[in-house]
Amino acid sequence: MPRPKLAVWKFSSCDGCQLSLLDLEDELMAVAGAVEIAYFLEATRATAKGPYDISLVEGSITTAHDAQRIQKVRKQSKMLVAIGACANSGGIQALKNFADHEDFIRRVYARPGYISTLATSTGIADHVPVDFELRGCPVNKHQLVEVLTAALSGRKPNVPRYAECMECKRRGTVCVTVARGEPCLGPVVQAGCGGLCPAVGRGCYGCFGPMETPNTAALAARFADLGRTPAAIRDGFRLFNANAEAFREEGDRHDQA
Amino acid sequence: MTKRKIKVEALARVEGEGALDVTIRNGTITNLKFRIYEPPRFFEALLVGRMFTDAPDITARICGICPVAYLLGASQAMEDALGVRVEGPLRDLRRLVYAGEWIESHVLHVAMLHMPDFLGFQDALRMAHDHPQIVESALRLKKLGNRILEVIGGRAVHPVNLKVGGFYSVPRKAALRALLPELDWAIGAAGTLLEAVGRLPMPELERDYLFVALRHPAEYAVVDGRLASNQGMDIALPEYFDHFREDHEAHSNALHGRTNDGRPYHVGPLARWAVNHDRLHPDVQAAASKAGIGPVVRNPFQSIIVRTAEVLQALIDARALVEAYEEPDAPAVPVEPRAGTGYGCTEAPRGICVHRYTLNDDGTIAAATIVPPTAQNQPTIEDDLRAVVESNLALDDEVLKWRCEQTIRNYDPCISCATHFLRLTIDRG
Ligand code: SF4
Ligand code: SF4
Repeated sequence: MPRPKLAVWKFSSCDGCQLSLLDLEDELMAVAGAVEIAYFLEATRATAKGPYDISLVEGSITTAHDAQRIQKVRKQSKMLVAIGACANSGGIQALKNFADHEDFIRRVYARPGYISTLATSTGIADHVPVDFELRGCPVNKHQLVEVLTAALSGRKPNVPRYAECMECKRRGTVCVTVARGEPCLGPVVQAGCGGLCPAVGRGCYGCFGPMETPNTAALAARFADLGRTPAAIRDGFRLFNANAEAFREEGDRHDQA
Repeated sequence: MTKRKIKVEALARVEGEGALDVTIRNGTITNLKFRIYEPPRFFEALLVGRMFTDAPDITARICGICPVAYLLGASQAMEDALGVRVEGPLRDLRRLVYAGEWIESHVLHVAMLHMPDFLGFQDALRMAHDHPQIVESALRLKKLGNRILEVIGGRAVHPVNLKVGGFYSVPRKAALRALLPELDWAIGAAGTLLEAVGRLPMPELERDYLFVALRHPAEYAVVDGRLASNQGMDIALPEYFDHFREDHEAHSNALHGRTNDGRPYHVGPLARWAVNHDRLHPDVQAAASKAGIGPVVRNPFQSIIVRTAEVLQALIDARALVEAYEEPDAPAVPVEPRAGTGYGCTEAPRGICVHRYTLNDDGTIAAATIVPPTAQNQPTIEDDLRAVVESNLALDDEVLKWRCEQTIRNYDPCISCATHFLRLTIDRG
C-alpha cells in the first residue's frame, strides 16, 4: 500500500512551525517512515506531484499571489491543517491590519511603488476551508504528532479546547495574577503549550489564541483594576493572534487612538 | 548564439523562500539574480508605538530558527537605550542559551540541510539510509541544543523566558548540571562529526572576502563585542551605520548590504573564523586543522567545516558555563523607561544581526532598524554564484543548478530574516 503523502506549505511566516517538525528528533525517522514526504521545501529538494493526503500549511496570506496559491494547495489536498498563529489568524504580521498600509510600506521600504502586498494579513480559513487548526506561535510539536497520528488513523485529533489557565492548575503553578498582580491572558487563551509562561513567572501573552467563547471583557476589566492603561490592554490583545476575532474585538474596544 | 537558462524556482533546504535566475549567452553570464520572494512582514513598522518590552518577543518572530538572536539583540539595544548593563551570571546565562541556539541551528544546517548536497542526496532522510550514524548523532546533538533552549528559555522555538534586563526566572543549578553527561557525549560526537565533514568532497573556489564579525577581548564573540574585520576595521557598534549602507539594486529591487565605499562584505561562520581564530579553544583549533582548515578559510563551501567546528566551540563553552553556574540573586536587572537610542548586536548563527531602536519618554518605540545577516550577505552570495557559474560552465544544467543551490546554502540563508527589511518585492504585475 502506498504511504499517505504529506506536504508542508509555507506562506508568510517565520518558519518556526515547520521547524517544529524537524525538531521532532525522536520521532522524525518514524514520521518519515509512516508517510511519504512529498513536498517539504525546508527539508528536501525532492518534490512529488499532488494530490496530497495531508497538507500542513504554515503562514498567513499577505499577497494576491499567495491568495491564489492557497486555492491550488486546497484543491490538491485531501486534508488541510493550518499550523500556527500565522495560519490560524494572520500572525504578528496582522498588526498591519490595524494600521495605514501605505504608511507601513513607506516606513520600511525605500521605493514603496515596488511593494505589492495586500493591505491585510489573514489566516488560511479566511480563504479556503480548513480541516483542522493547530494553535500556537509556534505549535506544540507533540500536538503536531497527535494531529498527524490521528489523521493517519482517520480519527479526530485529541487536542483540548479548554483555557490555558487549566494547565497551570494541573501543573501546580502558582497563579501569577493572584500572587503578583501580573496580567495574564491564560483565562481566555486555548490550552496546548503546557503552561509555559506562568511556569517561568510571566503572564501568558496569548500565543495559542482565543479559546471558544472567551470572556475577554471580564479579563480586560480585571487588567484595568490591576492598573493597566487602555493602550496596554489593547496591545496585550494585539499580539501574535491580533486578528483572531475575539482578540481583535476586545483590542478594538480599548483603542482610544 | 547559444543561450542557457538556469532557474531554481523554489529554493529548498533554506529557511524561507528564495529563487535564482541565471542567464548565460555565448558562455557569458548576462543575468544573475538571487531573488527573495518571501512576502515582507513589516516588522520595523509594526514595532512603532509598541512598548520597548514587546520588542524581544515580536522580533523573535522574524525567524523561528534563530529567535535568540532577535530576543537578545533587541533586549541589548533596549538596555543600551535605557542605560543599564546586564553582566556577570546573567550575561553568562545568555551566552549559554545562545550556545543552545547555535548548536541546534548549526547542526540542523550542517547535517540535515547542507551535507546532502556534498554527498549527492536530495535530503537528510535519504542520506540516513547510507549514513545512519551521522544522521542519528546529528539528531541527538540538535536535541541537546534544543534541550538547553528549553531548560533556560522555556521553549525551543520562541523561548518565553528572555526579556529586556535578563530573564523572568533563572534555572536551578541542578537543572543545568543535569545537562553535563549529554554535553560530555556531545563534545565527542561533534569531534567525530567534524572529522566526517572534513572528508566530504569539496568543490573548489577561493574568494577574497572582506570578513566582518564581532570581536571580544577573551571569548569567541557571540553575545557582544566590537565590530572588527580582517582588514583592520575596529569600531564600536553604533558606528556600524557610518561604515555600512544598504544599496538599492535595480535588477532585483533589493537592498544589498555594502560598506560605505561600495564593497560587498561577508558575515557568518567564515567571517568569525577569520576574525577570531585566536579566540577559539585550542581543542577546536586542533580538531579543525585536522579536518583540513587553517585560520582563514576562503572557500565558501568549507563553511560546513567551520560551522561544525563552531558547534564544538559552542559545546565547550556551554560545558564551562554550566560548570561555573551559580544561581544569580535576581533574574533580571530592573529597567525604567526613558527617551533615547540604543544599539544591540549579536552573532546569530548566520552572522551579525544589528538592532537600533529609538524610544520615547514613555518607553514606546519611535523608530526601529534591524539588519539581519542574510541581507548583509546578499551581494557576496551573488558574487559567489557568478564565480561558481563561470568556472563550471561545462557542467550540464541539472548539475550546475544543484551546484548553485549548494552555493547559496553555504550561507545557510535565512530568508525569513532577510525579508522583513528587503526593499525587494516581486512585481507580480
Ligand atoms: S505561528 Fe509563530 S512560530 Fe509559527 S510560523 Fe508564525 S510566527 Fe512563526
Ligand atoms: S503561556 Fe500563553 S503565551 Fe506562553 S507559551 Fe503558553 S499560550 Fe503561549
